[in-house]
Amino acid sequence: MNAVLEQLLQVGFFAAIIRIATPLALATLGEMISERSGVLNLGIEGIMLLSAMTGFTAAYYSGNLWLGVLAAAATGAAMAALHALFTVGLGLSQHVCGIGITLFCTGLAFFFFRLIFVDSSRPPTVESFAAVSLPLLSAIPILGPVLFNQFTLTYLTVIAVPVIAVVLYRTPWGLNLRMAGENPRAADAAGVSVMATRFQAVILGGALMGVAGAFLTMAQFNTFTFGVISGRGWIAIALVVFGRWDPWRCAGAALLFAFVDAVQLRLQAAGIGHIPYEAFLVLPFVFTIAAMAVMSRNAAAPPALLKPFRKEER
Amino acid sequence: MNKNWIQVEDKMSDRNNSTGVVTRRSLLATAAAAAATGLSAGGAEAAKLKVASIFATPIEEPWDNQIHVALQKAVKELGIEYKWSEKVEAADFSRVMTEYAKGGYQLVLGDAFAAERESRRTAKQFPKTAFLFGSGSGPAEPNFGVFDNWIHEPAYLSGLIAGKMSKSGVVGAVAAMGIPEVNRLVNAFFAGAREANPKVKKKVAFIGSFFDPPKAKEAAIAQIDAGVDVIYAERFGVIEAAKEKGKLAISNMSDQSSLAPDTVITGPVWDMYPTVHQAIKLVKAGVFTAMDYGDFSRMVKGGSYLAPYHKFETILPAEVKDMVEKKKAEILDGNFRVDVDENTPVSD
Repeated sequence: MNAVLEQLLQVGFFAAIIRIATPLALATLGEMISERSGVLNLGIEGIMLLSAMTGFTAAYYSGNLWLGVLAAAATGAAMAALHALFTVGLGLSQHVCGIGITLFCTGLAFFFFRLIFVDSSRPPTVESFAAVSLPLLSAIPILGPVLFNQFTLTYLTVIAVPVIAVVLYRTPWGLNLRMAGENPRAADAAGVSVMATRFQAVILGGALMGVAGAFLTMAQFNTFTFGVISGRGWIAIALVVFGRWDPWRCAGAALLFAFVDAVQLRLQAAGIGHIPYEAFLVLPFVFTIAAMAVMSRNAAAPPALLKPFRKEER
Repeated sequence: MNKNWIQVEDKMSDRNNSTGVVTRRSLLATAAAAAATGLSAGGAEAAKLKVASIFATPIEEPWDNQIHVALQKAVKELGIEYKWSEKVEAADFSRVMTEYAKGGYQLVLGDAFAAERESRRTAKQFPKTAFLFGSGSGPAEPNFGVFDNWIHEPAYLSGLIAGKMSKSGVVGAVAAMGIPEVNRLVNAFFAGAREANPKVKKKVAFIGSFFDPPKAKEAAIAQIDAGVDVIYAERFGVIEAAKEKGKLAISNMSDQSSLAPDTVITGPVWDMYPTVHQAIKLVKAGVFTAMDYGDFSRMVKGGSYLAPYHKFETILPAEVKDMVEKKKAEILDGNFRVDVDENTPVSD
């Protein structure tokens, strides 16, 4: 047991939490923005995979990782726009379209990956992002190596949380977005284009999901493989509920999940008794569900979530 | 999951007109041209064995990839015609098998783990087609042969090296999940490590899926934080962690030294060619029988071996290399048997 404690007090453990949390936080924020405007995007899993693929491919051929991130964001935005076209423009079922987008993107990702990279025995790799230590800040004992020796994308994610919070709660556009998700008819009466607002929110959310995918193939790892998303998109959807549709809480939810995942990996290495490894693997999920049950009891989804808006229809 | 599966035709077989193409062309061509095509193609087609494989995962998956690589080699060396289907869901398995069997494929390979019952049932309907599937169970008459990755022998040899090369006395392994195919490799690895250094402590982590390199990498970093300095990369993602942290790694399934030449010492390699070669030989002779082809994956048949040391040729102490050579000779002579232990390993 002492060995476990010793490991949990190491810098490496806290750094791992932040690393694991980054893609989850990005995806969760993206999904949250989309849902806040009234659109559930179940295409997230596929959008992350396809963006991870296009981002990696762009980086592989251009040699520029940031171009890859841009390509991933663009892919995410494009696929989210498709989702918006169906669910916002045509008012179709958000569940069905979302699942459809995930299946479509998954198929596309493998199809184009196979066309572009023919040899399967050696996965193509890029020189992935290196951790950047921020001058001065990284010299702070303990906190420095944990918080200020991370990937640039992680720093951007940390900055994105307050930015999104300010935009959502303190700007007219944020107000429109929240109104579109809470009372679209009132928003419409106030002269806000619900359609346009929802389109914008879904597309922005998709871009964030795309960057989350890019983080997995270009920062946390250096190649695209199938299974690279492994359900992280679905987890993000649960984390949005856990985070009660609030940017700060969503980021917190991602951190909590990552914390338990990092603990779980260290418990496996510690070898406490003969506990089956499945018990460890399931820990982050059990913990999240339990925390969700306790902390999100009064959470209410945006009232217009899942409801298509048709102007002048009663 | 999604139902789409991609079918890719091998470029090699594409160049040598498949039968279907010839027929369609001859319909359109003049009588003289048709006769000419028929003559030139006819001779080559007659001897060409049609082989197909069906994989449950994309072919990047290391296990399936070794089968695929061996069949591509067979295209070059044995002149077979080869087609494959990847990412075939269990529900589609039977249909794809049927398509190949009806399409005149005489030998169909694949991994049956996810669709064991379906594939066995389907094979019975096509007694003239030979089926050879990766499986944890036995063969079934009349035409369902099985094979598996029996590469625990080189895994043991890599363990010997890991045990000797570990300075901290803690060796680790990051693996997919606790299934027999994985367990016996990891256990053989640790058995080797313990043989080389009885005081060695082991750390095991499972990632719960076959492909999640970011997670495998995190698991490896967690082990390295716990003192592991030589780590068995049963899955993709682990070598990158070892490289980043300046530790040593043992690869798996194929020679992966090129991923990190200063990190990967060696590792067990699975060579499916002896199995594929044997099956093709038997099918060609018309004497394919349902049997367990697993032994063709053993070291003595050339179906598995220890990857070359590459850069570590000069780094590894002579004493370690001698120890490995000695054990290897004992295994090849049949004087030493590496235990098959399929229990799920746990960390010390």
